[in-house]
Amino acid sequence: MTVVSWLAYGMLGAGALLALVRLGAGPSLLDRVVATDTLLVIIAAGLAVHAGLERDPTVVPVLVVVSLLAFVGSVSVARYIGGMLVRFGDDSQDAGLPQAAAERTARTAQGDR
Amino acid sequence: MTALDTAVDVLAAVLLLLGAFLCLTAGLGLVRFPDVLTRMHAGTKPQVLGVLLIMVGAAIRLQGRSVAWMLLLVAAFQLLTAPVSAHMISRVAYRRRHVRRDLLLVDELRTGGVVPDSVHRGDESADAPAGEPGDVLAESRREDQGRGPYPS
Repeated sequence: MTVVSWLAYGMLGAGALLALVRLGAGPSLLDRVVATDTLLVIIAAGLAVHAGLERDPTVVPVLVVVSLLAFVGSVSVARYIGGMLVRFGDDSQDAGLPQAAAERTARTAQGDR
Repeated sequence: MTALDTAVDVLAAVLLLLGAFLCLTAGLGLVRFPDVLTRMHAGTKPQVLGVLLIMVGAAIRLQGRSVAWMLLLVAAFQLLTAPVSAHMISRVAYRRRHVRRDLLLVDELRTGGVVPDSVHRGDESADAPAGEPGDVLAESRREDQGRGPYPS
């Protein structure tokens, strides 16, 4: 069981570190949301591996909380970014622009026609 | 009896190792893949299959205790919530142009007459000057005009 625990914790730790790299370097907010989601799943998996290998049932309620937290966090951040979308023009294509910039873009588009 | 116990322990260890390996592949894919949708594709591997494998392995090791059912509850909950969050994140990613459209083979959400932009940009900065069209949109339109109409 020692070899199994070394291997499992090693792979989980490497995966968590790579997810942290993406969390730090991600060019956009959504990359960071995806990386956070994956990181929380890896943390939950690590808790479950600990509970299984040590036969230690005390961390299992923490596991439920972590998996709930991952869902609530990613959905609320996605809703927040979706609220930043503005509709402009008549093609109703969404662009992530502030309000004044969207109005000015629509005006230049009308001037071009 | 002891042979059966050993076999069960080996099965649980194999399940735990498979789940941990899926977590490693998720990290690798998150670092290596080019845009949000492909990163989600890599990142949701441990979200369903990895969590299922690890929860079943831990439940085998914790058999006889009442918390083993709580582990299976976590697995069922992941199966319910992973599609919801993935749907919302990918929808926002498509609308905010975080998708490399030049890498897409099929783009069913493409609007007909509008030339879609095929470039990948980061976020619009929150303190950008409000009077001008955003850097992201201006630059992507410039590149699209250079590229010409989208081959369909």
